[in-house]
Amino acid sequence: MYEELADEGFTVITVGIERSPDDARPWIEKARPQHPSLIDIEHLVPDLYGMINVPTVVWIDEEGRIARPNDASFASNRFKLLTGLDSKRHLRRLRAWVRGEAPALTPSEVRKHQDLPTAADQEARAEFTLAWWLSREGHDEDAEPHYVRAGELAPHDITIRRGSMRTRGLNPMGLAFLKLAIKSVLTRNPLYRPLKDSP
Amino acid sequence: MSATLTLLHDGRSAEIPVADLANPTIPAEALEETLGWDLQPEGLCRGVVCVPVDQSALVRGDGLDLRVLAGALQRPLVTDEKHAVASLGASHHDRGDALNSLEAPDFTLPDLDGNPHSLSDQRGKKVLLVAYASW
Repeated sequence: MYEELADEGFTVITVGIERSPDDARPWIEKARPQHPSLIDIEHLVPDLYGMINVPTVVWIDEEGRIARPNDASFASNRFKLLTGLDSKRHLRRLRAWVRGEAPALTPSEVRKHQDLPTAADQEARAEFTLAWWLSREGHDEDAEPHYVRAGELAPHDITIRRGSMRTRGLNPMGLAFLKLAIKSVLTRNPLYRPLKDSP
Repeated sequence: MSATLTLLHDGRSAEIPVADLANPTIPAEALEETLGWDLQPEGLCRGVVCVPVDQSALVRGDGLDLRVLAGALQRPLVTDEKHAVASLGASHHDRGDALNSLEAPDFTLPDLDGNPHSLSDQRGKKVLLVAYASW
């Protein structure tokens, strides 16, 4: 994708939302990307952009403006059955935008599709930041109530809830995630929130 | 009597001398150096922006009450007294206003080799920003 469009004034920036660079190292070394491939151990990008799960993609134009806000899209259809997300649709649109064949969204459409953070979302992030620091300093027991509180404040924030599982001794691919996924269905609090623009 | 508080804010951390960890006040210099705000007669100011604050509550002894400060800036504050650490989150108003302006928030993060990259380095190109994770 990147190779195909790199000559058209386009780049990808990937940001791994991880505990440490080592979590992302195998992925990055295998893909050997030519574009910036960054590590965000403080969850700074989710905070700045109001992201609540991964993968999340944002289009940013030549002037540094948001041309299409947070959308849930994978790079391939490997997880389509599980997530219901069709990556082909996003890639088709992206190609057309990069090549100048189709506009992104208008500013008012971008604003309409933005889900702005609430006070509770930001308090959850502050709780998570504190817990994350305590974990890193080796105080897992004292971190735990702050992870719990963050999850109560923002139950829809999967970057916090699933992103902290390994640190908390839970399996993000196992039972802990399954419970989270089932609860999200029961409470109609979807894990993945694709942007609802026209097909 | 004096202790050091680790203040986590804006993706960074600062070590700030405080007298009382249960009820932390921070020195006025720390307000400016660390958080970029300045206490003026009209309130807390940063550049041309000022927000009102109850100064009789804010100023305590020779410091500024961190909780009152956070409240005035509408930023969440979570503390852990035992480990002398506090987390000052971003205001949802600030985050919302920034996103609503449609200007993509800039950030600087390291790659695997530790080299920093900024979103703004790519000005002039269309960018697909992809947040992903191994979990």
